[in-house]
Amino acid sequence: MSGISTTQFSKYSAKVAKSRATSEPVWVRWALISTTLLFLSLFLFMPLAAVFTEALRKGFDTYISALADADALSSMKLTVIAALIAVPLNLVFGVAAAWAIAKFEFKGKSILITLIDLPFAVSPVIAGLIYVLIFGLQGWFGQWLSDHDLKVIFAIPGIVLATIFVTFPFVARELIPLMQAQGKDEEEAALVLGASGWQILWRITLPNIKWGLLYGVILTNARAMGEFGAVSVVSGHIRGLTNTMPLHVEILYNEYNYAAAFAVASVLALLALVTLVLKSIVEWHAARSARATEQN
Amino acid sequence: MSIEIRNIKKNFGQFSALNNVSLDVPSGELVALLGPSGCGKTTLLRIIAGLEAPDSGSIHFHGKDTTERDVRERQVGFVFQHYALFRHMTVFENVAFGLRVRPKETRPSDTEIKRRVHELLELVQLDWLADRYPPQLSGGQRQRIALARALAVEPKVLLLDEPFGALDAKVRKELRRWLRRLHDELHITSVFVTHDQEEALEVADRIVVMNRGHVEQIGTPQEVYNNPATPYVYNFLGNVNQFKSNVLEGQAQIGDISIKLQAENQQADGAALAYIRPHDIDVQKTKNGNTPAFEAKINYIHAVGPLVRLELQQLGKEDIIEAELTQERFRELGLNTGEQVFIYPRNVRVFLDNASQA
Repeated sequence: MSGISTTQFSKYSAKVAKSRATSEPVWVRWALISTTLLFLSLFLFMPLAAVFTEALRKGFDTYISALADADALSSMKLTVIAALIAVPLNLVFGVAAAWAIAKFEFKGKSILITLIDLPFAVSPVIAGLIYVLIFGLQGWFGQWLSDHDLKVIFAIPGIVLATIFVTFPFVARELIPLMQAQGKDEEEAALVLGASGWQILWRITLPNIKWGLLYGVILTNARAMGEFGAVSVVSGHIRGLTNTMPLHVEILYNEYNYAAAFAVASVLALLALVTLVLKSIVEWHAARSARATEQN
Repeated sequence: MSIEIRNIKKNFGQFSALNNVSLDVPSGELVALLGPSGCGKTTLLRIIAGLEAPDSGSIHFHGKDTTERDVRERQVGFVFQHYALFRHMTVFENVAFGLRVRPKETRPSDTEIKRRVHELLELVQLDWLADRYPPQLSGGQRQRIALARALAVEPKVLLLDEPFGALDAKVRKELRRWLRRLHDELHITSVFVTHDQEEALEVADRIVVMNRGHVEQIGTPQEVYNNPATPYVYNFLGNVNQFKSNVLEGQAQIGDISIKLQAENQQADGAALAYIRPHDIDVQKTKNGNTPAFEAKINYIHAVGPLVRLELQQLGKEDIIEAELTQERFRELGLNTGEQVFIYPRNVRVFLDNASQA
């Protein structure tokens, strides 16, 4: 059924595109297209190309050695660690929050939704400062933490906390509208058929949201690896210890070590490109499964 | 298994969805909960299933109080209005779901599950669709699969929420006959919710007419249609003409004519509402002796279908009266729009005015 309707649709849209009645004169179309392309190349393609040309300006060997530098490697390691902790945690938080909001009615629901959006509303620098105020030496728990010889601020736990805070909304925001649209009929049907809560989650809910969930995870991961502001406040910029990749790029740049700065930046840019490709694949799958269910 | 519903109350905020509803569903019967949207019929069905909890009152399955029982343990089959098939599973896996999620001790073997599922798919005559996914099926096919899935767990009670509501008219008619036959084969106690009076009258053994959270009347289709207990039921089942009337010594006075009431419809004297069904009206061109009749003018004639519908206006009044004649009777009379005729009510039913809610 979907095959027939899509071919019909594409035939229809091809006809519409050719129809003179609905399109502008040739020169208007070309003017608009070239303006867009010019804008895109100035603000998107050129900077991207600049990152790679600057990174490779002093030759491939310099590029490799800049990446193989101990501090650069440790910054990459720290970035990966922060993402590896933040992404799974936010996946669990996000699914739990979206499940509660989309499938149940309770008091304070709108407050919960607002709280989930808070990290989007607050500047990342403030987010970092919040943790300094709570866990810093002068902060609420500072004394207690230092008595027990625990370090949060200017250490890895602080970086992970800041990353979790900043990336918290992505999964939940992605899932809430999807789960609301799907309703709770299928879960209720499974319940009547005798399924337990876990069985419903694993066999019904998660398979239904898998593409939306994956999309949320990709966005979370991209932001977790690229976050600068919040992490910058809590990290303390200790080279080789508490520097993530974005922070390391800044340090190198401030030291006029352009080749190395752009080399590390190129890794982040590559990461972004990979994310975009993954995102398009997931979007394509999600659209396909949405089309399939739309025929209800 | 019989179902007894005792004094169920349920509020949603300020809104009273069910107000002291009591009801018995005898074992093996097919019962329809009939009413307009918002009358509480779906809420009642969900309370029987255990998907909602009542504020007060109790539900008994075969004499045993099940009010506090978990949905999973009630052994009910539930069919949803929009099918609620698991969209990422094949038809086979949908039907097998209820068996696969059982704890290990009671779960049938894979070959047994396979046998049972195919048996059910044959029962709903869709065995050839086992490997398809729900989005690839038509509405009627989906609803039959939903029914097979509900039957897979061998429920003691089958509950259907507007099972044919989302289907087009022709499929709906086919499916409800099929449901009736299936019920005659399986004899499983069933309750279905509908707002379609025709559907309820055709399929059910017993009809429960609901209005604003309470039960108006319970009875067989013949009982509720022929002897409506309240003006509401009279209005809801079929077309009806309503008149202001006065009851005096066993006679209903409507305007300046009076009609003798039948023995089972005696009312105390006083103001009342009188109801006459369109097919209980005869039309004559000339006055027929002393029999009481209304004088009226024919406004419109709708002659399509087996019955001819006349829209008549009482002389000197605003009221419109609807009458239905057979095609033969209509031809015999040779009526035309604008013509003046006499209307003879064959059967009138009155309800005292203070009881009226319609």
